Amino acid sequence: MAAIEAEKLRRTYKQTSGFVRRRTKTIEAVRGIDFAVDEGELFGLLGPNGAGKTTTIKMLVTLLIPTSGAARVLGHDVVHDARTVRRSIGYVFGGDRGAYERLSGLDNLRYFCELYGVPPKVQKRRIPELLELVGLMGREKERVEGYSRGMKQRLHIARGLLHDPPVVVMDEPTIGLDPVGARELRHTIAELARAGKTVLLTTHYMYEADALCDRIAVIAEGEIVAEGTPSALKSVVADRTVVEIEAYGLPDAALERVRASPGVTSVSVEEREHVQLLLVQAPKGLELTQQLLACLGDVRVGRVAAREPTLEDAYVSLVTGS
Amino acid sequence: MKALRLVAIGWVFQLKMLSRSAFDGLLGILWPLFFATTAFFMFRTSHDPRALLYAALGSSVMGIWSSTSVAASSALQRERWYGTLEAIVGTPAHFSLVLIPITLAMSTVGIYSMAATLLWGRFLFGIGVHIVHPLLFAVAVPATVLAIGLLGFLLSVTVVRYRTAWALGNALEYPVWLVCGFLVPLSLFPGWVRPISWALAPTWGVRAIRQAALGGAPQIPVAACIGLAALYGIAGALLVDTVLRSARKSATLSLT
Repeated sequence: MAAIEAEKLRRTYKQTSGFVRRRTKTIEAVRGIDFAVDEGELFGLLGPNGAGKTTTIKMLVTLLIPTSGAARVLGHDVVHDARTVRRSIGYVFGGDRGAYERLSGLDNLRYFCELYGVPPKVQKRRIPELLELVGLMGREKERVEGYSRGMKQRLHIARGLLHDPPVVVMDEPTIGLDPVGARELRHTIAELARAGKTVLLTTHYMYEADALCDRIAVIAEGEIVAEGTPSALKSVVADRTVVEIEAYGLPDAALERVRASPGVTSVSVEEREHVQLLLVQAPKGLELTQQLLACLGDVRVGRVAAREPTLEDAYVSLVTGS
Repeated sequence: MKALRLVAIGWVFQLKMLSRSAFDGLLGILWPLFFATTAFFMFRTSHDPRALLYAALGSSVMGIWSSTSVAASSALQRERWYGTLEAIVGTPAHFSLVLIPITLAMSTVGIYSMAATLLWGRFLFGIGVHIVHPLLFAVAVPATVLAIGLLGFLLSVTVVRYRTAWALGNALEYPVWLVCGFLVPLSLFPGWVRPISWALAPTWGVRAIRQAALGGAPQIPVAACIGLAALYGIAGALLVDTVLRSARKSATLSLT
C-alpha cells in the first residue's frame, strides 16, 4: 500500500474583484494530478512559485478540501477521515510563521503534544529527544519571538514529529536558512527517512532534491510534468550541453536574440549581485558559443563555459516545456 | 479526561501569553477602573448605597464581557497573524477544545475587573460590599464567567470562517452592556428588547450576582445562566465542524 496517494487531485480558488459589480474568477491551482509515495520513501515535489506545491500539500494534510479527485494517507481519505489522517501525518511549515511567539519553544511543544494527544509520560521523553534532534536543547525555555529564522524552522520540525507520525510532510523546510543550518536540516531529513518514515518534501533547491529524494515529481502550472528518480530526470537533458555566460546589464532585446538563435532549446537567466548568468541549453555536440556571443552584441561578457547538464537544467527544461 | 486536560492546559498557556504583554496588561488593569468610575459618578447622585453597589456589580460584569467579547475575537485573529490557525486546525484535537480555553482565559482576566471594580468602589467611593447570600454569590460569579466565556466561544467560531468577523466582537461590546442591563434596568427598554436580553447569558449572570449581593432569589438566574452557557457550548461545538469544513473548502484558514 502506498503511504500517500493522489488521484486526479484538483483544486480551484475563486477570486472576486470589483466593488459594485462583483466579478468572480476561478483559478486552477492544481489540475488533476496523480502520484503515489511508497512507505519509507523520500519523495520530492519540485516546482516554481505558484506551481501548486503548497496547495497539493495542504490538501494532503487536510487543511484544504479538494475541488475534485481523491487523496489518501495510509489508506485514509483526507476529506472523510481527516482526523485519522491528522494523527498519522506530521506537517512541517516552511518559513518563520506558525508558532506562538510569546511562548517559549518548550511551551509550544508541550501545547502541541496535548493537541496531538501525546500522553504526559511520553511527552517527558519525547520533547527532550526532539530538542536534541533539532539542536534546540538549551534554548527551549527562551521565547520564540527571540529565535532566529533557523531556530523557528527547527522548532517546526520538532513540532511535526511530536506524535511520532509515520508520514512527514515538509513544505520548503530549508527556505531562508544559512548554508550550515540548511545542511544540518538536510542531515535530519535524511535521518528521518533512514528511520523508516515516509517523507514528502517540497523544495526549490535542486541539489537538495538530488541529494535527498528517492523520487521526484516536477509540478508546473498545477500539473505534474515529469516524475522519476533524480538520475532518470537528468536523462531528459542527457543529450544536451549547457553554455553558461556571465553578462553585465543584459537587455531584453539581446535575450530575445539568444532565444531565437538556431539550435537553442532553452534559455534561463539567474540574477546574481552585479551580473546575470545566462544558461543556454543546446543539443550535445553543437558549437554555439560564438553564435551566442554575436547575439549579445555590445553586452559586456565575463566568464563563458560549457558543461554537462544537471538536475537543475532538467528542471528548467521541464517547467519551461522546452 | 483528555478533553478536560486539553482545555486546562490550553487555558494556562493562553493566560501565559496574555501575561507577556506589558501594554495589554496595563490596559487590562486601567480599563475596568474607567468603567467603574463612570458608573459611580452616574449613580452617586441618587445617594442610595444600594444603587452604588448595583452600579459596581454591573460595571464589574461589563469588564468581564468587554475583555471576552473583544479579546476572544481578536485572539482568533492573532492566530491567523501568527500562522498558528492552520497548525492547530491540522491537529486531531476537536477544534472546540482549542477555542474554549482561549475565551475562558479572556473571561478569567475579567474576574480581575470584578475584584478591581469592587475594591475601587470601596476605597475611592466608600461603597460597602455586603453580600446577602455569599455562597450563591460564589456560584453566580464563576457561572457568569463561564457563560460569558462560552458566548465568546460561539462568537469566535465565526472568526474561523470569516477573517473580518473579529469586528463582530467589537460591534457587540456596547449593545450588550445595554440590553443585558449592566447599568440600566431592563424595564426601561421597549418590550421587544426583552427576548434578546433573555437569550443572552450576561443578563442572567448580572441578575444572579446582584440578587446574591443585594438580596433576592438568585437561584433562577444562576440556573438560566448555566443553562444558556451549556446551550452556547453545544451550539458552538456543533457549528465548529461545519464552519471549519467551510473554511477548508473556501481556503480562508491561511488568510490574514
